Amino acid sequence: MKITIDGHTIEVEPGTTILQAARMIGGASVPPTMCYYSKLKDCGGKCRCCLVEVTKGSERDPRPMPKLQPSCVTGAQDGMEVLSGNSQRVLDARKAVTEFLLINHPLDCPVCDQAGECNLQDLAMTNKDFKSRFKEQKVTTPSEDIGPYISLNKNRCILCYRCVKLAEQLTPNRVHGVLYRGDHAEISAYIHNAIDSDFSGNMIDVCPVGALTDRTFRFQSRVWFTKKFNAHRDCPHCSGKVVLWTFGNDVLRVTARKDEFSEVEEFICNECRFDHKKKEDWVVEGPHKFGKNSVLNINNNALAAPKEVEIQTEKLTLEGRDVDRKKISMKDVPMAHLEEKK
Amino acid sequence: MGKKILTEKINIPGIREYDVYRQNGGYKSVEKALKEMTPEQLVESVKASGLRGRGGAGFPVGMKWSFIDKKSGKPRHLLVNADESEPGTFKDRYLMEFIPHLLIEGAIVSSFALEANLSYIYIRGEYMFVFKILEKAIKEAYANGWLGKNILGTGYNLDLYVHCGAGAYICGEETAQIESLEGKRGNPRIKPPFPAVSGLWNEPTVVNNVESIASIPWITLNGGEEYAKIGIGRSTGTKLISASGHIKNPGVYEIEMGMTVDEFMNSDEYLGGMIDDRPLKALIPGGSSVQILPPQYIFKTANGDDRLMSYESWSDGGPVTGSSLGSGGFIVYNDTACIVRNTWNLSRFYHHESCGQCSPCREGTGWMEKILYRIEHGQGTEEDVDLLWDIQANIEGNTICPLGDAAAWPVAAAIRHFREEFEYHIRFPEKIKNRNHFREEPMEKVRQLLVK
Repeated sequence: MKITIDGHTIEVEPGTTILQAARMIGGASVPPTMCYYSKLKDCGGKCRCCLVEVTKGSERDPRPMPKLQPSCVTGAQDGMEVLSGNSQRVLDARKAVTEFLLINHPLDCPVCDQAGECNLQDLAMTNKDFKSRFKEQKVTTPSEDIGPYISLNKNRCILCYRCVKLAEQLTPNRVHGVLYRGDHAEISAYIHNAIDSDFSGNMIDVCPVGALTDRTFRFQSRVWFTKKFNAHRDCPHCSGKVVLWTFGNDVLRVTARKDEFSEVEEFICNECRFDHKKKEDWVVEGPHKFGKNSVLNINNNALAAPKEVEIQTEKLTLEGRDVDRKKISMKDVPMAHLEEKK
Repeated sequence: MGKKILTEKINIPGIREYDVYRQNGGYKSVEKALKEMTPEQLVESVKASGLRGRGGAGFPVGMKWSFIDKKSGKPRHLLVNADESEPGTFKDRYLMEFIPHLLIEGAIVSSFALEANLSYIYIRGEYMFVFKILEKAIKEAYANGWLGKNILGTGYNLDLYVHCGAGAYICGEETAQIESLEGKRGNPRIKPPFPAVSGLWNEPTVVNNVESIASIPWITLNGGEEYAKIGIGRSTGTKLISASGHIKNPGVYEIEMGMTVDEFMNSDEYLGGMIDDRPLKALIPGGSSVQILPPQYIFKTANGDDRLMSYESWSDGGPVTGSSLGSGGFIVYNDTACIVRNTWNLSRFYHHESCGQCSPCREGTGWMEKILYRIEHGQGTEEDVDLLWDIQANIEGNTICPLGDAAAWPVAAAIRHFREEFEYHIRFPEKIKNRNHFREEPMEKVRQLLVK
């Protein structure tokens, strides 16, 4: 089967989705994904970030599809022609989705542990040429305690359903899901149940934003200050292949290894993740490399020379003081009026 | 007097009871279908009738039936969609409340045509009293041998259940309804696969509206060709219209397709004209999801033809100057109505009912509602109207299910046809602060203020 994406033709197996084909091609035609996760079944189609334009349905039925299609759940057809990065319509739709995802997001990146490795941050960086038009009050939800290892911040959640699918497919009993509807929908554990199963920690890794973060790493360091090493250990439960996030000799955090699409390569167990925070426990293989688009890497790529910032503060402050003295602050001081009259 | 198919016998006293219904020719179509016809013949006759789905989209029922996957050998199901939650639509309730056996009769014939042995009626939770009426009617049908094992000695088995939803608009969408019936959260599924291939419990399922199913007995008895003779063009048969708003005679009417809108609105037999003879300001022809129309496009299309009560005629002109017959929820507004307030109200509904699965609809509906609330309460700005337009354009077509489109269209049409009202709200917050602005001063009187 042949599929053409942005002019690149590729041979794929039947049953491949457009997104998978685009990932095989790579480059600018790979659509961003917020909810699709190749390691989880039935995961995708929800965030609408990966919309593509199908300009030719297939060899048999060459009509174009009128609507933009979510590439993660649309199967490739023989002779299909798709526009991903080359279509302005697609780029506009993705920008719109970015805006939608951000309007109720708290934008608290400065205090969010996910900052630097956040898919939403990456998505916002690729669509950064718009100003916020949202003047309304954001929807907020109180946070919830779901156990000693994982911290859940519902305000940051973008309802990708990845953690729900992970709990369904990886852990024996699912104790959390989605409550309520619309923009009030929230991820929640069933009547304040703690989430504890041997693989629950993977929820942190699959979460594209900072809604689910590692509680043992909370506020310890910004991720870009840490050194990352690939390491492994003999684990009876999982593959034991991890990334150590270290500062000096301290292991601050352990996560699974992620590929260039920030998807976990192999899920790891909670024991590896939370209980082995010493360098002696691990066999270090070497430094861990990041994807090109990661915010963590943004300083390593060539950047335009920073703009010269003109500092006008002092002058403005002084002007302000002058105005204040005349109009507001000195109004009730009788001496000020006298001085002015002189 | 137009031809009546669904509501012909609805005024017979006691028709809700089995005995009266049977004496008046009830369940004859089941006898005919099971004894004299094959499922294929039934599907053919429905195809020949040209009956289009009455739930809103107007997809031909016969075509939908012929798509059902019979090759896989999996059990098949009929799911009757009685989750009628569209604001302005209340036709199914009327049918189920007063003549419940008609629906059950239609469901038996349709299930036989689809060779389904297990069928469901999914009714919305707010219709609890109708649920009880249907339960009683099904019990009577079981007692008289119309349901259960070996119906009429033909060897055909059918179990029919009524399932009560918990009150969610989204469960009227067919795949969300299937999810809900399976006991899950009512989130629409991603299509394909379509329900005709993989629906309820991954088995082939056909989801049809109550009104479509209730038309099946007549088609079976009189033949699809007879049904196709009623109506106009590809809009065959009769349609129930539930009319509400500023009209003299609100209620449910059965009309033949192809009647002019003028006749339907102004003749005494039907709506009887506007209440207090105030001027008509706007009309929503097919339930809240379709485009609202200003007076110049209601009785005439943009080409100057008469607007008829049919699927084609209402959608003539596309979204710009046309609308859609939808589910037949006629909402009529006179000059005292405020379109901004109405749009805000509809938007609030879609915000409340969005399932929260895909981001454009989840975030966009809430955003639109908040902006419309601000405009309605005098805190809008000039950019808000363009922003609303942008948001609706970004939602439309980019969502999993049609709820996103349904939330976007009313806002788009309101801005397209009644932009001056939005501007009036934004520029003169003093005039609208008491919420009785158009009762005191209709738009005609204040329009000159906007020109300056």
